[in-house]
Amino acid sequence: MSSVQIRDVRKSFGNFEVLHGVSIPIEDGQFVVLVGPSGCGKSTLLRMLAGLENITSGTISIGDRVVNNVQPKERDIAMVFQNYALYPHMTVGENMGFSMKLRGESSDEINKRVKRAAEILALSPLLDRYPRQLSGGQRQRVAMGRAIVRDPQVFLFDEPLSNLDAKLRVAMRTEIKELHQRLKTTTVYVTHDQIEAMTMADKIVVMHDGIVEQMGTPLELYDKPENQFVAGFIGSPSMNFLKGHVRVNGVAAFEGPNGVKLPLQNAPVASDGRPAVYGVRPEHFTIADDGAEAEIIVVEPTGSETQVFAKVGGEQVVAIFRERHQFNPGDKIRLKADPSLVHLFDEATGKRL
Amino acid sequence: MAVMAEPVVVPARRSSLWSRAFESRNFLGAMFMVPAIAILILFLAYPLALGLWLGMTDTKIGGVGRFIGFGNFVSLAKDSVFWLSVFNTIFYTVAASIVKFAIGLYLALLLNERLPFKSMVRAIVLLPFVVPTVLSAIAFWWIYDSQFSIISWVLLKAGLITRYIDFLGDPWNARWSVVAANIWRGVPFVAITLLAGLQTISPSLYEAANLDGATNLQRFRHITLPMLSPIIAVVMTFSVLMTFTDFQLIYTITRGGPINATHLMATLSFQRAITGGNLGEGAAISNAMIPFLVAAILLSFFGLQRSRWQQGGRD
Ligand SMILES: Nc1ncnc2c1ncn2[C@@H]1O[C@H](COP(=O)(O)OP(=O)(O)OP(=O)(O)O)[C@@H](O)[C@H]1O
Ligand SMILES: [Mg+2]
Repeated sequence: MSSVQIRDVRKSFGNFEVLHGVSIPIEDGQFVVLVGPSGCGKSTLLRMLAGLENITSGTISIGDRVVNNVQPKERDIAMVFQNYALYPHMTVGENMGFSMKLRGESSDEINKRVKRAAEILALSPLLDRYPRQLSGGQRQRVAMGRAIVRDPQVFLFDEPLSNLDAKLRVAMRTEIKELHQRLKTTTVYVTHDQIEAMTMADKIVVMHDGIVEQMGTPLELYDKPENQFVAGFIGSPSMNFLKGHVRVNGVAAFEGPNGVKLPLQNAPVASDGRPAVYGVRPEHFTIADDGAEAEIIVVEPTGSETQVFAKVGGEQVVAIFRERHQFNPGDKIRLKADPSLVHLFDEATGKRL
Repeated sequence: MAVMAEPVVVPARRSSLWSRAFESRNFLGAMFMVPAIAILILFLAYPLALGLWLGMTDTKIGGVGRFIGFGNFVSLAKDSVFWLSVFNTIFYTVAASIVKFAIGLYLALLLNERLPFKSMVRAIVLLPFVVPTVLSAIAFWWIYDSQFSIISWVLLKAGLITRYIDFLGDPWNARWSVVAANIWRGVPFVAITLLAGLQTISPSLYEAANLDGATNLQRFRHITLPMLSPIIAVVMTFSVLMTFTDFQLIYTITRGGPINATHLMATLSFQRAITGGNLGEGAAISNAMIPFLVAAILLSFFGLQRSRWQQGGRD
């Protein structure tokens, strides 16, 4: 186990810079999730950690050692690839023991470690099978087993669950988290699924177009997104954004599209008339007589909750209610956002106000 | 009704036999196979059967032969030139195939790396394969010429030898010389096919092995070689068959000389049958190649049976 320091790391492919100075401190034993939309450079950063890509500038250290020029095989890192990269000509057991075999350890020791890893991952009955004879979830576990057997300084996962069906994904999510609690190995986990990020991470790093937008615990990111991108990315369904102006006439308020009045707890200083974006999460809407008028477009009950798509001041918003309402498309309701849970962003920069 | 029925009924009655035949799956199936079967019989089965039968007669050019059973084989068994040609063929095949495999694999690995002017280098590698065999054989014939050999000239100028090498006059020199020509001609096929095989190996396997701590050599030994083995089996079977039955190179460069030192079974067969006029004996020599070829095919058939890791299951 080791801490990992990523300091002002940049990466260019030819003249095309994909990472523009990324700094991420990772504590020993932490489970860090890199999350962001497709193409933002998550895999690239992970591969640089593993040593599979050169570092254009900046430094990466593992423990106390700067590893910029250290070969992948000397970094003592195990990686679970998105396509698992299992060796097709080796059995599950051979796959898992391969790294130990290369290090020339005795076959007794290899067997012992492989057996133990197989037990942890419930792979014991499959040790003699070939990867072709496994299901997707089993392959995923073998890939993890290969990493566990190594007992490395750092685990790297690159979207390991993206090939699995929804149900298995949820199950494996829990398994990986459990495994981490048990082994306490520093882990960097890449995903573009914010729910995976929220549920698994000690620390989430939200990336976008080659920069870090924000990092923090899942709840910090949910409660206090630093900018509109993070606000929209974290949480499902996404936060509603309404453009308008801040109004301070004795009491702070927000004038939304077509003059809709929305409540604000307190306005930023000297901000009367300032153009801004009003952000409210679907789950923070309530039905109240003093709410803004909304016309229902679509109602989607999921059983545990009901998603309501409605128009507020001509703009579409989503609201989620846990209690059951009898809504029909075309109905007029009054939606009110809890002012203490509302977010305000600068319209031009997207920064939190 | 009657007006409409008429044109339907009349042609139906006239062609009832044909139309019924053409609606039968079996008849149609047989019809579709006729051209393929005819071609196979005419150009493969018939010559093979004729060759087998010829090998059991004492047919000479211009004469009608008698059936003499295994007479030709009995006399060949006592014929030292025949046994020399068997030895030559095996030596030629084994030596050329091993070196072709080694050089071909090396080139394939090289071409699979990031390389400047990659596509141009690949095109150049294919050149020996594109040149007509006889043309390249003639080029080799010049290269090996006892007075004009460029190799001898270069070595002499470099001070490495004192007199011209007699490439084609000495039995072992001649054998190695034709082997070298065969290698030059056969390497591109091996290299390009193995390269195609290398490119099917997922790069992430190498990355995984790299993280697992494998050195270059270990990656080759534990990833490349096993993943490539099915293609190696196909290529080498093909290469062995083509080398074993080679005729053009030898016939153009040495005609089997000096004193039969480079005669292969194919060239000896031709010499006895066509040049010497003993069609029966020539055919018998050709037929003697069959057991070797069948053995090679069987070997690869069992080698090619998909190994366990390739069978069953999904991707
Ligand atoms: N070898 C390469 N050469 C050139 N550009 C590359 C290369 N690899 C990645 N890129 C570019 O770098 C950017 C980041 O790619 P990366 O694979 O890191 O994205 P990602 O965040 O992992 O996305 P995804 O969620 O789709 O996997 C992309 O714009 C991609 O086109
Ligand atoms: Mg990726």
